[in-house]
Amino acid sequence: MKDKIAEKLLLFIAFSAILSLLLITFFIFQQGIPLIFKVGLSNFFSTHWAPTRGNFGILSMIIGSLMVTAGALVVGIPFGLACAIFLAEFSSPPIQKTLKPIIELLAGIPSVVYGFIGIVILVPFIREHFGGPGFSVLAASIILGIMILPTIVSISYDALLAVPNTYREGSYAVGATKWQTVVMLLLPAARSGIVAGIILGMGRAIGETMAVIMIAGNALKIPHSMLDSVRTLTSTLALELGYATGDHRAALFACGSFLFLIIILLNIIAIKITGRK
Amino acid sequence: MTFRIGPRTNQIIAYSILLLMTLITVVVLFFIIGYVFKNGIGQLSLEFLTDKTRDMGKEGGILPSILGTFFVTIFAIIIATPLGVGSAVYLVEYTKGGLIHRIISFGADCLAGVPSIIFGLFGFIFFVIRLNLGWSIISGGLTLAVMIIPTIIRTTEEAIKAVPHSFREISYSLGGGKLDTILKVVLPTSLPGILTGVILGIGRAVGETAAVIFTAGSSLGIPTSAFSSTRTLAVHFYILAREGISMPKAYATATVLIIIILLVNFIAYRLMHRFMAKYY
Amino acid sequence: MEKHPEIQINVQGGGSTAGIQATFNKICDIGTSSRNLKISEKDLKVIVIAIDGIAVIVHKDNSVNNLSTEDIRSIFSGKIENWQDLGGRDEKIIPVTREEGSGTRGSFEDMIMGDGIISDACLVQDSNGSVREIIATTPQGIGYISVGLVDEREKAVAINGVKPTLANLITCKYKFSRPFLLLLLEEPKGNIKEFIDYVLSKEGQDILKKDGLIPATEIYND
Repeated sequence: MKDKIAEKLLLFIAFSAILSLLLITFFIFQQGIPLIFKVGLSNFFSTHWAPTRGNFGILSMIIGSLMVTAGALVVGIPFGLACAIFLAEFSSPPIQKTLKPIIELLAGIPSVVYGFIGIVILVPFIREHFGGPGFSVLAASIILGIMILPTIVSISYDALLAVPNTYREGSYAVGATKWQTVVMLLLPAARSGIVAGIILGMGRAIGETMAVIMIAGNALKIPHSMLDSVRTLTSTLALELGYATGDHRAALFACGSFLFLIIILLNIIAIKITGRK
Repeated sequence: MTFRIGPRTNQIIAYSILLLMTLITVVVLFFIIGYVFKNGIGQLSLEFLTDKTRDMGKEGGILPSILGTFFVTIFAIIIATPLGVGSAVYLVEYTKGGLIHRIISFGADCLAGVPSIIFGLFGFIFFVIRLNLGWSIISGGLTLAVMIIPTIIRTTEEAIKAVPHSFREISYSLGGGKLDTILKVVLPTSLPGILTGVILGIGRAVGETAAVIFTAGSSLGIPTSAFSSTRTLAVHFYILAREGISMPKAYATATVLIIIILLVNFIAYRLMHRFMAKYY
Repeated sequence: MEKHPEIQINVQGGGSTAGIQATFNKICDIGTSSRNLKISEKDLKVIVIAIDGIAVIVHKDNSVNNLSTEDIRSIFSGKIENWQDLGGRDEKIIPVTREEGSGTRGSFEDMIMGDGIISDACLVQDSNGSVREIIATTPQGIGYISVGLVDEREKAVAINGVKPTLANLITCKYKFSRPFLLLLLEEPKGNIKEFIDYVLSKEGQDILKKDGLIPATEIYND
């Protein structure tokens, strides 16, 4: 009897939780999708974003988001993989136990602190030594790259550790060095986990708002170089949310829906790759 | 003339590069934290932590923000934990890997990856305006709650799944019912894992800015009720730093913020270790 | 607040349109704006509490001290791209603008840009303070902020030969001014009325004066 009540109660709780999550999802899409049909796909996917004048083109912001995300991956993947490989294959357990939490600490630093460091150190540096306003794709890429590092390290590390030791032993037995083993055997074996981690990192980079607003400059024009200022989808949401009304507000929800869909897509890809249930 | 680098040399080069890159990563981390601390520690004092904020942040302390952060986070956790843990328990123990379970897990995964600004968008339009809760601790807390529920569902799921089946079977064979088994065997065993997830959720909530600034607002007064607007530490730091109101105070606020998050992460880490030590 | 410790006054940030919208949406008791209301927003009660100027600011070390309205228009619309063309160093201009919903931007567009459109290539920031921060630290920067916020870390240029001083603002020699408004949905009553009375009292207006604004009472009593 107790069991039945408990089961019903838990069902109710689960139902409420799921309901609230569904509510958000539907709310965002319900507010945003009608606008896309109202203004038409050619308007929505044009490069001109001037919502108070009826232009709702998000293409330049999509390109902006893609550019900084790509830049973040260029920074994050090499360093992330390097740390993961070093920790998993080339360090002793005490070093693993000390270094891994330290690197994961990077994930705990709030994004506004990253943005701030970007403003006071990175932006002036880029402006003085490379030119441009300093508030640039480059600055955003570097900071975002650092921010997604812990994700890539964590997941790649787990993926590498999950490769059975028999692989390593077999490889050493035929005389291969550790490094050869890593490159030719372990990395390919851990490939799906590593790629999943990278995709997760991508999702984080695309979704980052505060740090990007602080250091990317937020200019609407499509950047021609890494040193140009850039505007991402997330920045637009944060900059205009406070005052947007009517169609403009709906357009922001449309941007939100678009971001949501990208995240869903990335998650589907990640699942397909890892074959996770 | 062909010049080949032998595999041994290759390895030495590779090892050096890997070591270098790892060291760079660690140095960057320490640099960021160190830079903030160096500029902020000087301002820290008991007075700073307990004083009201004055002159839009140019003078005074950060008590309102500390209280605000505390209340918003506690509110979020109180709502998110039962909902998240309860859902995970139901999913793992009662739906056992069926289609519904997979769909919900997938949904939770997706929502855990949705950018926080979108939660801010939702919270602002729905809680602040539609439900007329205004900029308040309630609006902020509810928004953060829905933001971290997916994460709590996931981590709790993993923690519960990790409890060996043998534990459950032993309990059943001793005559325990399903509820008993869950309450007395599964939950206590997976508790460290669950707590880790909750504490990581706290860490995320404390550092959150985009979702909070549009829902809890940016008021500088000491919060007096759940309907008070408040400015969390992260938001306060963001405003101080961006508008150049007071750099020393900005650094000091960031220092307090980072210390709190470090503590939270440290606790989560110890808990996770206790959990892993039991089963791995 | 010291006289009435039981009353809480909460201040939120955001641009003028945000303030106007918040008043309409009833999520605040008193809204604020630094621009005049548009025709579509005319259903609110308006109280002018101060007059403020729009200053165009550049870095302290910038050799340019004076700009014509036409110059400023060309800079922000992207027609002029190098400081050299204005008598400065050979460096690319970095213009910074506010977001579209900003009252400061609205006033800037009305009074200075005229028919010109602010270029997509300008950097965008969402508060006076952050624009000021960027200009103070960017040698090639140019932006526009409230006159009341200009401090010694940056330089406000003269426009058409007229410097944005308080004296010039009061005599309207410096033409670029906009009102600071308190907005309400209905006639002020009770605590709200007391607050507004305070702002318009000598004590309140002195505070505004200390922050570099021209108190409304001074304009309307002249």
